[in-house]
Amino acid sequence: MKIIVCIKQVPARDSQLRVASSGAWIQDADLSYEINEPDAYALEEGLQLKEKHGGEVVVLCAGPARAAQTIREALAKGADRAIHIEEEDLGAFDPLGAARLLAAALKPENPDLVLTGLQSDDLGYGQTGVILAELLGLPHATIIMQVEKQDGAIRVKRELEDGWFQHVEMPLPALLTIQSGINKLRYATLMGIKKAKNKEIRNATAASLGAGSATPSIQLSRVYLPGRSKQTQLFDGPPKEAAAKLVEKLKFEARVI
Amino acid sequence: MSILVVMEQRAVQGPPAWSRMSWETLAAGQQLARELQQPVSAAVLGQGIEGLATELADKKLDHVYVVEHDLLKDYTPDTYTAAVRQLVEHKQAGIVIFPHTYQVRDFLPKLATALGRVAVSDVVAHRIEDGKLVLVRQLFQGKLNVDVRFTGEPPYFASLQAGAYRADHIEAGSAAVEKFAPQLTPSRIKPLELFREAQRAVDLTAAEIIVSVGRGIKEADNIPIVQKLADALGAELAASRPICDSGWLPMERQVGSSGQTVAPKMYLAVGISGAIQHLVGMKGSKTIVAINKDANAPIFEVADYGIVGDLFQVVPALVEEIKKAKT
Repeated sequence: MKIIVCIKQVPARDSQLRVASSGAWIQDADLSYEINEPDAYALEEGLQLKEKHGGEVVVLCAGPARAAQTIREALAKGADRAIHIEEEDLGAFDPLGAARLLAAALKPENPDLVLTGLQSDDLGYGQTGVILAELLGLPHATIIMQVEKQDGAIRVKRELEDGWFQHVEMPLPALLTIQSGINKLRYATLMGIKKAKNKEIRNATAASLGAGSATPSIQLSRVYLPGRSKQTQLFDGPPKEAAAKLVEKLKFEARVI
Repeated sequence: MSILVVMEQRAVQGPPAWSRMSWETLAAGQQLARELQQPVSAAVLGQGIEGLATELADKKLDHVYVVEHDLLKDYTPDTYTAAVRQLVEHKQAGIVIFPHTYQVRDFLPKLATALGRVAVSDVVAHRIEDGKLVLVRQLFQGKLNVDVRFTGEPPYFASLQAGAYRADHIEAGSAAVEKFAPQLTPSRIKPLELFREAQRAVDLTAAEIIVSVGRGIKEADNIPIVQKLADALGAELAASRPICDSGWLPMERQVGSSGQTVAPKMYLAVGISGAIQHLVGMKGSKTIVAINKDANAPIFEVADYGIVGDLFQVVPALVEEIKKAKT
């Protein structure tokens, strides 16, 4: 089974984010970056399916030059090769534009299965996988918690609201968006890291893929800190002092202790 | 530019029933209609849903479209995309809004793509500027907001976050109920049964006080630190999704959109940043307390009380103070 896993590099989770002076995006110069968490689960699912059924795992990533680090880490975990669509300013693409880039790189690969994370931790549209499925003409299912390969088909477990699930079957090739927690993530081994150095990363660009930037149909006009829906009473000082102040409020004001 | 609200129904146990979020979307649709001085209609898709549709007949709407077909009985992204697309094109809807449910997440991007559009997903608010619609959505798990505008031609598609609009603001009136029969072919995707995992042993909804723990706890071995806090308060211990994903606490203790929705007297969030998937599961709590090292964490947007600090120092101090206060 040939599996393509789409991954994205995003600012590390505990980053202190500051709005850029232009107001159009964040100050991203000094941030550290990592693989988008749901994509890490998608990669792991791809690797486990390959271990069970044989085949190949190809990592596909659109992003600036720094994304190469995240791609290397995916190769170190066991992906066989990678395609890096190098674009310094992904912000110029809306979700449809970004998915068109990925689709252009995916099509000639003719995969049996395409995996993505269910959403990105930065923009959080939660759309790339489904758009990609439509562009490629593939059946899809989202927010997947289990994948079972059958003869020429797959049976998956879709997560729904309030603890409900649903099984869904579809023929291959297909596309799935993977939910965090579907599996247990592996760490790269020393041997894996060594091997990754010799694995192929093929570079492409929007121009080389013939998927130049179409005019976006939505525009992000201003980024800002959200307002607070409540006035939070914050207690500071040394931990013991802050804790004492909080407990007093909980006892005499909120009356919950 | 007429407005269309696509309501969601599901037959989970028994006959088709509304997804509650649909009413919030309906209220938002009516609000948009007032602000833009445009007509608003609602649509419901499925099979055997006439009864549900009549519940919309006494709302202030232009039309209620009953989109019925045997192939819409069980949801598939293929059939729902085709049906909504035909309705939108036939009625020339300008702004089409949906509740941001798991089902909508499964087919709305496909629908928008099929029409060469981009849907704005998970909208938390809107405003009208110079007669143009500006949508607000969250970035970075709720740490920042962004204003989004449509730049191309309508139809414009958007899905609205749970709790962003109030369902009790729906205006009564009357609506013409109209059937719409889409042309559909069977989907490649075969939906099977809906099910729940083994019965939940822990009913968090019954707890008066909940102590909930998130990523800030760093590792499984640190869980006893918050367990002590829960014990001191006589509280149930709960967690955000990543903690349960990692197996540090069982899934049945998860609060959030995919876990339990709770509204206790006090909800004490320890090391939880407050991604929206978590907030929707607890923001109805009476008193919310947050302990987090990041003063900009979205959890503080809903907290009544908070301490910005290192939980490994704050929580033990808190346990001591609670013990003192209780004696």
